Amino acid sequence: MIAAAVLAVLALACAVGAWRLTSARWPWRAPRTAILLWQSLGVTWGLATTGALFAYALSPYGAGVVHGLSILLTSAEFDVREPHDVIRLCALLSGFTLLTVLVAVLVAAGAQTLRARRRHRMLLKLIARDEPAVPGVRVVDHPGAAAYCLPGLKSEVVISAGTLDLLSQDELDAMLAHELAHARERHDLVLLPFGALLRALPWSAVVRDAQESVALLIEMAADDRARRFCSPKRLATALLRFGAATAVPTPHGALGATSGQNVMARVNRLIKPDIDLPAHVRYGILVASAVLAVSAPLLWLLPA
Amino acid sequence: MDILWAQSAPLTAREVGRLIQDRDLAPTTVMTVLDRLSRKGFLNRTRDGRAWRYEPAESRDAYVTELMLEALDLTGDRSAALTRFAQAVSGSEAEILRRALMELEEQ
Repeated sequence: MIAAAVLAVLALACAVGAWRLTSARWPWRAPRTAILLWQSLGVTWGLATTGALFAYALSPYGAGVVHGLSILLTSAEFDVREPHDVIRLCALLSGFTLLTVLVAVLVAAGAQTLRARRRHRMLLKLIARDEPAVPGVRVVDHPGAAAYCLPGLKSEVVISAGTLDLLSQDELDAMLAHELAHARERHDLVLLPFGALLRALPWSAVVRDAQESVALLIEMAADDRARRFCSPKRLATALLRFGAATAVPTPHGALGATSGQNVMARVNRLIKPDIDLPAHVRYGILVASAVLAVSAPLLWLLPA
Repeated sequence: MDILWAQSAPLTAREVGRLIQDRDLAPTTVMTVLDRLSRKGFLNRTRDGRAWRYEPAESRDAYVTELMLEALDLTGDRSAALTRFAQAVSGSEAEILRRALMELEEQ
């Protein structure tokens, strides 16, 4: 029973922590650390919520979640004698449902992403060309501005002919450094579970804010890596020029309302860098993330 | 694919092979490529006697548009398939960005 209570508190703490983190500003000063904290908050929330339900349902066995589940699955018996046993049965069923939904959503999102990428890669093979001015980059002949990275085992950076005309050589280099940072650090894998969760719970404001925060943080992390190889000011002007050129005349449902503010936030970071978060604070957050991430699995194992 | 896009009428594998002048390709290679493209849905094929005639399923422009819509994330599904340089913004926000760009360039 204690394990169930602790897990429930942990799940609640993760939800509150995520909600606080969406409005915090320090993550912009240490995007990488914040991304790790987000990941461990997400994993712990999932494990703690399902764990709390299981721990409550299986409390009569007194063997903890993992052993309780194995006893349940081998004996295939679940006694329902008193009224509160019905509640336990409900908790068990919702635990299984939630776990199944979370896993299924992740697998489905992964499969859908892979499918979309395979088609995209095939289309690029048919349409895109190489350009001597920007070696290693695929160019699509379209007057509009577009620049992105198609992640995978062999990531490809793609830009449109419009972008080639729009940006100067320095700005192109800065933009390419940014995209290569995405490819190198596999930011798509960071974003995937948050996008999947958002698709499963589209009405949840916290999940939507979390997805948007993480999406912005990976951009900032890529900016930080890119500025080691190019002038931050060139990256900033590239961002502004590019952002202004991709504007769509009518507001579109697919656009985040904050996308313009996000571009400005990134530009301001590049021109007037805040002081980095002090090292001891960063390490403190890293340790907290690690403790958080192991706490839920330990509580699953604990026989209580 | 470019050869088929350039033609108005469906072609057989032999005709495509003849149009690929710059490379010395075996006719079976051309047939294999065409067959694979049609199985993936990029080409439509129709029986013509003992040969297949191939034509593009979509115009080149349609594919370019599809790529660009995905690149600008206008397909509406917030897909994590790509990581973009910057999200698309609305018209009024673009004005703010333009002004910031001018200020930055004056410095």
